[in-house]
Amino acid sequence: MSATTKNRYDVAIIGAGPAGMAAAVEVTKAGLSAIVLDEQPAPGGQIYRGIETSDEKRTKILGPDYAAGRDIARAFRDSRAEYLPGATVWNIDSALGIDVSLGQGSKHIQAGAIVVATGAIERPTPMPGWTLPGVTTAGALQILLKANGVVSDDVVFVGSGPLLSLIAAQMLKAGVKPRAIVETVPQSRYVAALKHLPAALGAASYLLKGMAMMLSLRRAGVPIYRDATGIRIEGNGKAEAVTFTSGGKSHRLETTSVALHQGIVPNQQVTRLLRCEHEWNKSQHCFVPKVDEYFETTMADVYVAGDGAGIGGAVAARLRGRLAGLRIAEKAGRGNAQERRSVTDALMREAKIRPLLETLYAPSPEILAPADETLVCRCEEVTAGDIRKAVDLGAPGPNQVKSFLRSGMGPCQGRMCGLAVSEIIASRRGEPISEIGYYRIRPPLKPLLLSELAALESEEAVPVDLADESAALH
Amino acid sequence: MTGTPMADLIVVGGGLHGCSAALHAAKRGLSVIVIEKDNAGRHASGVNAGGVRRLGRNYAEVPISVRSMEIWHRIEDLVDDDCGFQRCPQIKVAETEAELETLAKRAADLRELGFTHEVIVDQQELRRLLPAVAPHCVGGLASLDDGFAIPYNTTFAFQRKARALGVQFFEKTHVENVRRDGKDWHVDTSAGTFKGRNLLNCAGAWAGEIARQLGEHAPIEAIAPMMIVTARMKRFCDAVVGGCGRPLSFKQAENGTVIIGGGRRGYPDPKTNKSEMRFSQLRYSAETAIGIFPIMKSATIVRSWAGIEGRMPDDIPVIGPSSTHENAFHAFGFSAHGFQLGPAVGELMAELIATGHTNAPIAPFSITRFANS
Ligand SMILES: Cc1cc2nc3c(=O)[nH]c(=O)nc-3n(C[C@H](O)[C@H](O)[C@H](O)COP(=O)(O)OP(=O)(O)OC[C@H]3O[C@@H](n4cnc5c(N)ncnc54)[C@H](O)[C@@H]3O)c2cc1C
Repeated sequence: MSATTKNRYDVAIIGAGPAGMAAAVEVTKAGLSAIVLDEQPAPGGQIYRGIETSDEKRTKILGPDYAAGRDIARAFRDSRAEYLPGATVWNIDSALGIDVSLGQGSKHIQAGAIVVATGAIERPTPMPGWTLPGVTTAGALQILLKANGVVSDDVVFVGSGPLLSLIAAQMLKAGVKPRAIVETVPQSRYVAALKHLPAALGAASYLLKGMAMMLSLRRAGVPIYRDATGIRIEGNGKAEAVTFTSGGKSHRLETTSVALHQGIVPNQQVTRLLRCEHEWNKSQHCFVPKVDEYFETTMADVYVAGDGAGIGGAVAARLRGRLAGLRIAEKAGRGNAQERRSVTDALMREAKIRPLLETLYAPSPEILAPADETLVCRCEEVTAGDIRKAVDLGAPGPNQVKSFLRSGMGPCQGRMCGLAVSEIIASRRGEPISEIGYYRIRPPLKPLLLSELAALESEEAVPVDLADESAALH
Repeated sequence: MTGTPMADLIVVGGGLHGCSAALHAAKRGLSVIVIEKDNAGRHASGVNAGGVRRLGRNYAEVPISVRSMEIWHRIEDLVDDDCGFQRCPQIKVAETEAELETLAKRAADLRELGFTHEVIVDQQELRRLLPAVAPHCVGGLASLDDGFAIPYNTTFAFQRKARALGVQFFEKTHVENVRRDGKDWHVDTSAGTFKGRNLLNCAGAWAGEIARQLGEHAPIEAIAPMMIVTARMKRFCDAVVGGCGRPLSFKQAENGTVIIGGGRRGYPDPKTNKSEMRFSQLRYSAETAIGIFPIMKSATIVRSWAGIEGRMPDDIPVIGPSSTHENAFHAFGFSAHGFQLGPAVGELMAELIATGHTNAPIAPFSITRFANS
């Protein structure tokens, strides 16, 4: 691996998680030039965050699935791919030119193909009190755990999903016992999920792992409340308690620390910016970019690998990265059909657990239909009721609601509210969410200093006729 | 569709101009249908810089712009919504004495024509109006009672009010062909045919095609002016600011975000409705903003966009009757500064369509000026 010197590459890979690293290894093996861009200071992505520097103790806490990242990162380091850490991609143009901020200014990179391996984000979970200080997401807690081993004490986990129990179990191992787990999975879901069990048995190891985690939590005396509804986080200026109903009783758990989680969804920012087509995935309850069997999007030479193409987990992410890489190599006349087939087969095996997980851990109906007074867009303080009112006035979709209420216009650029806003509009209008669509995503993908834009290396200014007054002033 | 929808007036295009003309026509008792290929306000009208200015306009536009300003000052009376309109000075900043001289000449010219809204401000006054302005700026030209509004909210409010007055909107409906059949206009769309006594072309950057179908030449060019908006900043600017020697449009919204644009264009693709940013050009707007307001060095951009707008070669719009057909009219090609004109142009178009006459001085905007080009 060498430092960046040039700015044209056969392949640019955005994201150095399992998918990005695997794609980089494949394309460079085939002799293509590649650059990997990632915001983080080190490879690993979300799942293997901090993997190169994690000591034995922490690696043990995080478990063997985490430790598996070591070899992947090593193979990536050993590859001929250039790696640019601390690199924030803020724009990609339709000719696959990439603007990337390096903290001290921007660089422009021209790619022949792009692999978007930017992974997933946690699903936004609008509910009463979710914006109070002291409330965070399970994923954010895990980042702390991975990055510097610091975790808070006395956390009440609220929500559903395999990550919720994983993170709770990791915290337990780290010696900070969670206060409780408040699960929102309705009882009926277990029944519905049963029909997917036979298929999932093919992926029995996942099921066993999940059961072992829950068991360890229960044994350690962490209370688990099931089928919780009517959840509110209460507090004056900060979180003080979680209240809910479970098992026919109302509960009130006092705590200053709440971790929310309702599963993860593809991070659509890059594929939306590129205007790739997206479709609604009913089972995962989120938008996913349309891809072909090799994970190429509707935009030629743009691939999306990993969870960005629909949630599949770390193992699948790596396989998808390989597959995209192999396909790019194949298109460049350096294919390896046999290897490609074996990766495809492995991916199919990996997919077997998904229907069960997706049925069981579908997002809680409460967060999909937040009460009128619940904040949905945190940046601009827009409530679910505001959105419904705008729809009633005639605003037909998320972009009009955005223009009208400023929801999604704040610094998070809609990551935190996008899905919830589409969901609320769809149900208010009584139209399928696939018709309602999503925010248009505009650059910069992440906030950018105005001075950095001013310092952009650039072409000559196109002359503006200043006698034409309109040009000088809008 | 059951039966052919009919109206006294069919408006092609649901931008601010289409909505405004529809609203005013409805007030005059006409039945109106607006046909919009996307959603009202999807294009220039919903995404512009929101500048409501008389300042710096082409002399031919000044009378209409002045009339529009009167309406803006009481916009709520017209549409039952304040449109986010804020009254504030619009100022063109001079960075050199030579620029100030040019501005002074313009102010004098306008006074000669009978308009007194543009006034020269000296360096001291400039600093009072814009405490954060860079020390090298020597003065400026100001129109103190101009302002800005929120573009989408404005267009949406015009649409809602028009609807309340009985105007029918057909959105996501593309006008493919307009033709004359006897006394009526037949408008073929993606959702069937509409019939109307009068036809108004408010199709923005796409208006050239409608004009062509009427047998008229309108050399309209689609452009994509670009904008950026910053994260919220402490209030430092209470005016809308433009450049004189270098293009700029600059304002701080009520919530503290700063909106920057001016002159720099991205790549428009009117066929697909898309426009693409061109940061290698937009960087000049960033440079100019920092040059005139040094405080902007610390600003962070959170979003950028470009809207598709129609521009005429002489940078003034086409407003008036068709030159080839009776009962057909145009209002398009506002060349990146038509937002402010929306209220008054809609008013005069409605008058023209309903009565066959208007006193507004629209001769310079006739489509016939391109007949031989
Ligand atoms: C970034 C930007 C900043 C600007 N800043 C300012 C400013 O600060 N101040 C100012 O005064 N002006 C400004 N402008 C200009 C102003 O926005 C426009 O001049 C004005 O909005 C034009 O309105 P319109 O109704 O003519 O066009 P549009 O808003 O473009 O409306 C035309 C509509 O017609 C529809 N249409 C077209 N063809 C068809 C068809 N065949 N069938 C059905 N529908 C069709 C389109 O979909 C569109 O919605 C700016 C423009 C831009 C892009």
